[in-house]
Formats: sequence, structure tokens, C-alpha cells
Amino acid sequence: MGKYLLRRILQMIPVVLGTTLLVYALVFALPGDPVKAMFGDKPVNEAVAAQIRAEYNLDKPFFIQYLLFLKNALSLNFGQTFSGQPVIEEIGRAFPVTIRLALMAFVFEALFGVVFGVISGLKKGKWYDSVILIVSLLLISVPTFVTGFVGQYVFGVKLRWLPVTAGSNPGFFELLMPAMVLGSVSMAYIIRLARSEVSSNVALDYVRTARAKGMSNTSVTFRHILRNSMIPVVTYLGQDLGALMGGAMITEQIFNIHGIGYLTYQSILKGEANMVVSIVTLLTLVFVICNLLVDMLYAALDPRIRYA
Amino acid sequence: MKKKAIALTAIACSLGMMLSGCGGSGDSSSSNASSSIITAYNSEPQNALIPGDTNETGGGRVGQMLFSNLVSFNAKGDAEMEVAESITPNDDASQYTVKIKDGWKFTDGTPVTAESFTKAWSYVSNAKNAQKCSSFFSMIKGYDELQDADNLKGDEQLSGLTVKDDKTFTVDLNTPDSVFPIKAGYLAFAPLPESFYKDPKAFGEKPVGNGMYKLDKWDHNSQIALVKNDDYKGVQQVKNDGVTFKIYTSVDSAFADVQSGNLDVMDTVPASATKTFEKDDSIESYNKAGSVIQTFTIPAELDHWKTNTEEGQLRRQALSMAIDRQSIVDKVLNGVGTVATDFSSPVVPGYSKDLDHSDNLQYNPDKAKELWKKANAISSYDGNLTFSFNADGSAQPVYEAIVNSVNNVLGSEGLKATTNPMPTLQEFRNAISDRQMTGAFRTGWQPDYPSIENYLYQLYDSAAADGKGSNDGDYKNADVDKLFTEAMACTNSDEQIKLYQDAEVILLQQLPAIPLYYSNADGVAAKGVQGFAMDWQNQPIYNEITKS
Repeated sequence: MGKYLLRRILQMIPVVLGTTLLVYALVFALPGDPVKAMFGDKPVNEAVAAQIRAEYNLDKPFFIQYLLFLKNALSLNFGQTFSGQPVIEEIGRAFPVTIRLALMAFVFEALFGVVFGVISGLKKGKWYDSVILIVSLLLISVPTFVTGFVGQYVFGVKLRWLPVTAGSNPGFFELLMPAMVLGSVSMAYIIRLARSEVSSNVALDYVRTARAKGMSNTSVTFRHILRNSMIPVVTYLGQDLGALMGGAMITEQIFNIHGIGYLTYQSILKGEANMVVSIVTLLTLVFVICNLLVDMLYAALDPRIRYA
Repeated sequence: MKKKAIALTAIACSLGMMLSGCGGSGDSSSSNASSSIITAYNSEPQNALIPGDTNETGGGRVGQMLFSNLVSFNAKGDAEMEVAESITPNDDASQYTVKIKDGWKFTDGTPVTAESFTKAWSYVSNAKNAQKCSSFFSMIKGYDELQDADNLKGDEQLSGLTVKDDKTFTVDLNTPDSVFPIKAGYLAFAPLPESFYKDPKAFGEKPVGNGMYKLDKWDHNSQIALVKNDDYKGVQQVKNDGVTFKIYTSVDSAFADVQSGNLDVMDTVPASATKTFEKDDSIESYNKAGSVIQTFTIPAELDHWKTNTEEGQLRRQALSMAIDRQSIVDKVLNGVGTVATDFSSPVVPGYSKDLDHSDNLQYNPDKAKELWKKANAISSYDGNLTFSFNADGSAQPVYEAIVNSVNNVLGSEGLKATTNPMPTLQEFRNAISDRQMTGAFRTGWQPDYPSIENYLYQLYDSAAADGKGSNDGDYKNADVDKLFTEAMACTNSDEQIKLYQDAEVILLQQLPAIPLYYSNADGVAAKGVQGFAMDWQNQPIYNEITKS
């Protein structure tokens, strides 16, 4: 087990290095000159532009730029944004908000996804199974920005049940609607995943055996059906947590949440390689760690899985 | 069975409680504790809040409220003496004597002196200090000597600025410039206190100014809180106790906040709401012609389109007459625009509707065909013309409409216009500054100061061509240059405007750029907000807004 963990952690190093190089190259290859763009449609003072280029190492060839970034990153100095803010501070402001949002969305989709999926799966063909199926189909087919705008207008602007936007340092209620919007599509997938797993496990031999042995309905459901149905659901959830952390760009814009998604979008527009690479590296780490946790969870769910 | 039913009800109950719980909190947050603080929409400033380094609206509007310049502008765009007692030109407007008023103070208590201006202007000009607005000072003597950044320390002064005494200084210009006093109203010309030079970086985070407001707190990516500066001595009226700029990730989210009363003022309307915002009775709306002019430029030396040949002029005029501007404004812009009739805009002194040749900007399909035929008789042309623009803004539908309009009219005569969208503004602007455009391309102008000079000289003088200014089409015409030079040396403002309008007549005939429409200044305010109006910069006059 320990050896396996160590190996997985060591594997992260090339993954992270590769990502930084790749993303740095992509930002470098973005068309347009970020320094010229700072002047807008006003005349560019070349002497000033040259100074700014030198300050951000933009006058150096690609590999030198990349190595300088790596060198500084090793001493935890991720550089500055073009507005003079330390990259680490900007991320430090945005990331907690995104984590809060992602965790809320995650709990929402996991809780309601599994509950509704299991109910549906156990009671296949009943009227509420059909209702759950139709609603989940609807959520999958409607894009997030539609759910977001409609939710904002109906529950925020018109009915005033929930805050319209989140603003800075949002709390539970400010993030409730964004989290539900963000988690809704994944919730629908989880419902369908859980439903199909449960309904196929219900008919299996070991369930019949358990019942024949006189086990109570509850313990059959929880100890046999659920536990065996959860492996694909947990895999999906693990992947999704990583995606939620980085992929909330649209939801963050609709609800005015100053999180990582919006920060990434802005930095790409401005061509701020330091920022983009730092964020993507962080997200890669989150993703890799989430995957590792999922793999660990398999062992807990299915005793047949062992790590060596 | 029974147990599950109970579990289900429990979930339903807890969901209901969650929903009702937040309903309560939403209501309480919308009532305001301090009603004389106005909240306003903004985007995060892209630079530190140093006047000479601020060249975009996010930081610019904040800077203008924190600093008072020699002059300020009223709602109509007329200059009024602010810190200056007088700005007196010599005969040909090449030297100015500036006297400043007594009693002005920075918010740190230090007095505003002649040196507060001269040192600040030299600092911005000095290339060593890498200030983005430095080129605004290029007309002052000594600017060129401050451009070799490698051999400068950063504290060298402009030789054209001479301090006479505490309250007086003179400005020597390289060439006559009759609009210098108006230029001095631009944010980059703000005075700076001594404390700035000790630590410019820290100053940029917490600027100390002499303006209507002072900075209370800047929470990055969240809000910028300004409070009324009681020591302010200028001509503007400050009717509220403060303005808090809230930073938004998108205009749509800000608009939803105005609709629900969580935000007082915003100076832009999201594309999704342009059709409806004037009829929405949950908000106050504003929609009038603004200072931004939208044009497209065809390079002056493009084959068949040369501005100094008869063929080129005929084709430009024909193309211009083939564009149905009114229906583009009505149908594509939903009325949030005003058809262009000249090269300036309705909010600056000198704007005109009926200059000679302004009929070249009117939709006239028959005349367009006739002119195009004449041009074809001079030289045959395959008729291919691309219209380039950046696709990340809202230009796409406008340019599709233009291309449709000109093809409908001139297609039968052989014109084959097509759109050429470019992914980002950055790429688009780079292609322009590298002179890679081989057809028409989108141009537009937002003035830095309310003067017709700013719309004309910066865009059509040959001194601004070839990458030295914003003359992106490299238009060069000796007559136009001569009129501009005369106007620059003319200190009588009526005569000055007449000279600029004479130049406009030539421009209307040769059409180095083809004016399309003036973007409207549009904005919305929450119910209960009073005094909401926009100035010549298409920005709300924040200091005059109150709410009940």
C-alpha cells in the first residue's frame, strides 16, 4: 500500500512538469502581443514597451522564459500579473471561493444524485422513477448558462428567494444557487448512473441469496446492492471534483463569483503566462490527487481490490 | 417501505428549510444601511492606480474621481478651470503660463504646488519609469531627451517645464497646440504628492490625490470604496457621501443586480438587454448619442481605393452611400446608436450635421451605382473587398449587415464584399499595427479629451501615420495637414473649430475612413436613484448621483 502510494506520488512530478511546459508553450503561442495590447488603441511608446517586456522577461526566447519561470516557481515565487499583483495572492483570493463553490456543488450532486438514482433504480417503472428520469434528461440537455440565467432571473430577480449574485467573499446562501446550477448536470448523470447500476444489481444472484438467507430488506439494500453499485459512481464523482474546481467559468461569470475559472479566462485574454501556468498546475495537482483518492476508495468499497 | 417514506419526507423538509432560510437572508441584504453611498459597476483596474499608468476605463474612472487636474469638464464637455487659476497662451499657442489656485491640498495634507504638476508630468514622460501614458506628453519640449531608457535614472525633468514660483509654471511646447489646456484635463496630467516618488508601487495601491473623493479601501477583484473628500475645492458638486465600485465578472450579472436593486448604477447595457432595457420599469434607463464614433478604414494606398485618386474617391463614396446606416442602427443595434454625419461626435464642440459632402454618408443606392460605374470606367477592378474586425466584441452582426448592404447595392456592379472576422482584439490590433490589412477594417475612436482636435489630428494627420499615431490607414493629405497646423496655432476657439471643419470637408470627400454611427452612451440605474446622467466620456457623472 505504502509503496503504491509513493509510486503514485512520484508519478505526479513528470505530469506536473509536462503540464507546465505544455501550457507555457500554448500561452506563448497565443497570437498577439500582450504588451502592445496594454496600450489599447493608443500609440505605443516603444521605449516604455521595451521596459515592460524586460520586466516580465517577455523579451527573452521561449525556453529561457520557461526556465526562469520554473526557477522562480521552485522558490514559490510565481511572478506578478501585469497589474503588479503577485500571482500567488490573486490565486489565494480566488481559490478558496472556487473550493467552496465546488464542494457545495459536489455535495449537492452526490447527495441528490445518489438518493434519487437509488430510489429510481429500486423502484423501476413506478411513476416517480419516470419523473426522476425526465427531470434528469432535461438537466442533461439544457446547457449550464441557460439553467444559470433562468435560475437567476426567476429565483433571484423575480421571486427574490435567493441572492442574485454572489459578490466578494460569498457565504452559503450566496453560493447556493450557483452550486445547484453547477452541480445540476453532473447530478443528472449520477442519477442515471446510479439507477442503472442499482437496477442491474437488484436482479443478481448474490442479492437473491442474501434475501433467501433471511436478511432484512434494509441490510440487503445498503450492504449488498448499494456498496456494489457505488464503484462507477465514485469514479465519476472523483473525476468531477477536479472538473468542478477548474470548469466553473460560465457559472462564475453569471453569478459574479471571483473564482479560479474567471481568473483563468481573464489571464488567457491578457496573455499572462505566469498566471495561466500557475493555475493550470494547481488544477493538475487537484485532479491527480482526486484520482488517487478515488483509487484508494475502491479498496474500501470492494474488498477484492488490493494495492501492492 | 414505511422507513423510506419517512426518509424521503425528511429530505424534502430539509430542502424546504434551506430554501425558505435563504429567502429570508436575501430580503434582509437588499435593504441598505447607509443610503448616501452609491454603488456602481466597474471592472478590475488593469494597472495600479497611478494616473500616468492608467489608460483603460476600469482604473480611469476611479482615477478621475481621486485626482483633480488643471481643468475639469462639465457634462457638455466644456472645460472649466479646476486647480488652475488661469492658463494663458502666448500669441501662437506654443507657450503657456499656468497659475494655480491657493488652498488646494492633497488628502495627506501637503499643498498642491506648481511642482506637484511639473514633477508628475516629467515622471510620466520619462521612459525609465515605464508609464503607459507617456506619449501624451510628447508635445512638451524635452520629451525626446527622456526616451532613452537605458541612460536615464528616472528623475530627469522635462526641459520645457519651468517653475516660476510656488503657484506658477510655464510650459514650452515643440509646436503650437491650441488645445493644450483641454489636454491637461486628461487623467495622466494629474498632480502627484511628494510621497508618490518615495514608493510609486505602494502609492498605486493606495493613491493620495486632491480630487472629489479619496480612496477608502481597494479590495482587489471585489470592490473599490471611495469616500467624499471634504478638502475638495473644485468646481464640481459632490452630492453623495461616497461611491463604492463593485467589480463584476460580467455585465449580465451586474444588470441582474441593478434589476433587483442590489447595485445602483452601471454605465453599460448587456447585449441581451438592449432591446428591453428602456421598457423595463424595474430600472431607470439612459440612452443618448455618446462620444464614441465607429468607422471602418480602407488603407489610403490600397490599389483602386487610393484616397488621392479620382477612382479611389469614387469607390469610397459609392461604398459609403451603399450602407444603410439607419437600418443597421435600428435593427442590429436595437436603437443604441446614432447615425454618423461627420468625423467627430455630437457631444463635442464643433460637431456638425450639414458640412459640405456630408451627403456622402447618406444611403443612396442609385448614386452609389452611378459612382461605382464611373470608377470602373477609369480602371477595371475585380471587386473583392474584405471587411476585417475582431470577433470577440459585438462587431460581427454589424459587419455582416454592412457587407449585405453593400453587396445588395453594388453587387450587380461587380463588388464582392466579404467579412473577415479575427478571433481576438489583440490579434486584430496587431494586424493593423503591422500594416497587414489588405481591405477594410474596423476602426473607432473614443476621445481622451472633449475636443474635435482629438477626433481629427490623432487619426488623419500625416504626423500620426506610419505607426507614429492612430492614423491606421496612413492617410496623408497636405491640405488637411495645413489646416490642422493653422488650427493648432489659433487661440480663438470659434476660428479654431472652423478650421477643423474645413479639414472635415476634405475628409468627407476623400473618406480615408468611412463613418458609420456614434455608439450611444447607455446605462441603467436602480429605482430610486436620482441625477443619473452620462458625461462626454459615456460615463455616469458619479458625483451628482443621489438616492432616496
